[in-house]
Amino acid sequence: MLSTTLFYIFSIIIVLSCLGVVSSKNPVYSVLFLILAFINSAILFLFLNAEFLAMLLIVVYVGAVAVLFLFVVMMLNVKNEEKNIKFQKYTPFTLLIVTVVFVEILYIFVSDDVILKNISLSENLSFKNNTIFLGNILYTDYFLLFQISGIILLVAMIGAIVLTLRSRIGVRKQVINKQISTSKSDVIEIAKVKSGDGA
Amino acid sequence: MNFVEQFGLSVFGSNDISFLIVVILKILAIVLPLLISVAYLTLAERRVIGLMQLRKGPNIVGPFGLFQPFADALKLMSKETIMPTGANKFLFVIAPMITFVLALIAWAVIPFDEKNVLSDINVGVLYLFAVSSLAVYGVIIAGWASNSKYAFLGALRSAAQMVSYEVSIGLIIISVLLCVGSLNLTDIVLAQKTVWFAIPLLPMFVMFFISTLAETNRAPFDLPEGESELVAGYFVEYSSMSFALFFLGEYANMILMSAFTVILFLGGWLPPFDIYPLNLVPGFLWFVIKVCFILFLFLWVRATTPRYRYDQLMRLGWKIFLPFSLCWVVLTASFLMLFDMLPKSV
Repeated sequence: MLSTTLFYIFSIIIVLSCLGVVSSKNPVYSVLFLILAFINSAILFLFLNAEFLAMLLIVVYVGAVAVLFLFVVMMLNVKNEEKNIKFQKYTPFTLLIVTVVFVEILYIFVSDDVILKNISLSENLSFKNNTIFLGNILYTDYFLLFQISGIILLVAMIGAIVLTLRSRIGVRKQVINKQISTSKSDVIEIAKVKSGDGA
Repeated sequence: MNFVEQFGLSVFGSNDISFLIVVILKILAIVLPLLISVAYLTLAERRVIGLMQLRKGPNIVGPFGLFQPFADALKLMSKETIMPTGANKFLFVIAPMITFVLALIAWAVIPFDEKNVLSDINVGVLYLFAVSSLAVYGVIIAGWASNSKYAFLGALRSAAQMVSYEVSIGLIIISVLLCVGSLNLTDIVLAQKTVWFAIPLLPMFVMFFISTLAETNRAPFDLPEGESELVAGYFVEYSSMSFALFFLGEYANMILMSAFTVILFLGGWLPPFDIYPLNLVPGFLWFVIKVCFILFLFLWVRATTPRYRYDQLMRLGWKIFLPFSLCWVVLTASFLMLFDMLPKSV
């Protein structure tokens, strides 16, 4: 009973904050609403007995991804009017994507092909906790998919690094090894000057 | 009973209201001593650094200056709250609250003794990691909402720094977890009955301590507040109680990270050796002594090291700590695998 009430409260907060994400004029507010949605989705994971996933959602999405979003958005100086004009031309694409996703979700709910019960975490909980359960599934049945997704992420990361890597000429960069291995004799020359000769 | 019902229903839904009162009393029993320790940590910091620099430090208010924190608190409360004209009012007000609340809620999972823990959840480490990774929001929102260049620069520095060092903290935690086989903080402490993890994982212990310095924005990594170039960094526009909340949050975070270090590496409430005179001392006292030791290290480092340059800070985080901790995870895993010492779970 209480569980259901709480579920509806958190779901309503998620829906409202998602609306906030798309309707906010200020992009910083959008990201903050997005964070609110993430946190509430994490709470919904708790209802599914998936405390590991809940914490992971907060650590990865709120603690790292959204920070970088916020980081970038705060640096932008988007004027409200400009933003509206610029985004107007993307409306057809937006509608297309939204329709596709909506039809997909509808299909899952309506058809009998997809059995949602199979992806429930709480049903087959013969393990002590779902962290162990997830680990056992992930490293046995789904090992290949897990490794492949890891490699995809690695490739994406290397790609991003390569794209931003540029060697600049004329930058005097500190080379710490060189600095430490410098000895007194390398940099100081002690000259014995006879008194009066230096003038 | 699902996870939420266990915690939520028992608090709100059960028939006996006494449980609710017990929980509230428990929370008070954690928060009040915590706030007092924060107050005395500020005094200890000034006295210890004073002594290290051959000064006396604050010693006038009360015996040995013991009432100084209260004098400071009164002074802060009587100051005027200033709201900058260009500031985003809502975010400006809420940022210090976020910092302070996050510094407090993390204490819910810290085990002070074998049975003394508010909520003994089985993902305790992840919870602590999640809360400490959220702490960056207080900083970054404060910096942006202030609408000031100094505050914004401080916030950007802080955000980049905290995100960078979280990566190595995560990997260090993984190498500890490999030896334990559980995410529960009580289990982690109990796994150190024979030997504290600080001994087999000594390099990780040192790196974790350094990373917590960066994570809490303490010297020598206190660039976000670097007073010589940014005045006071992200909280430059704050005054009165909103400043006090940042201050309290920062010091509560210091104590929290020390407690985390103690739990992961120094055997929590366990005595150094399980022999006669040492195991008479209550576990809680051992915990406090160890936390005080780590806090002393925090102050010691602040008094003795100069501030890092920003590129040096990033180099240390990404080019030294990250590869090293990653290698250590592989090393620990291979070692445990080789000698068949991996923890058996379920």
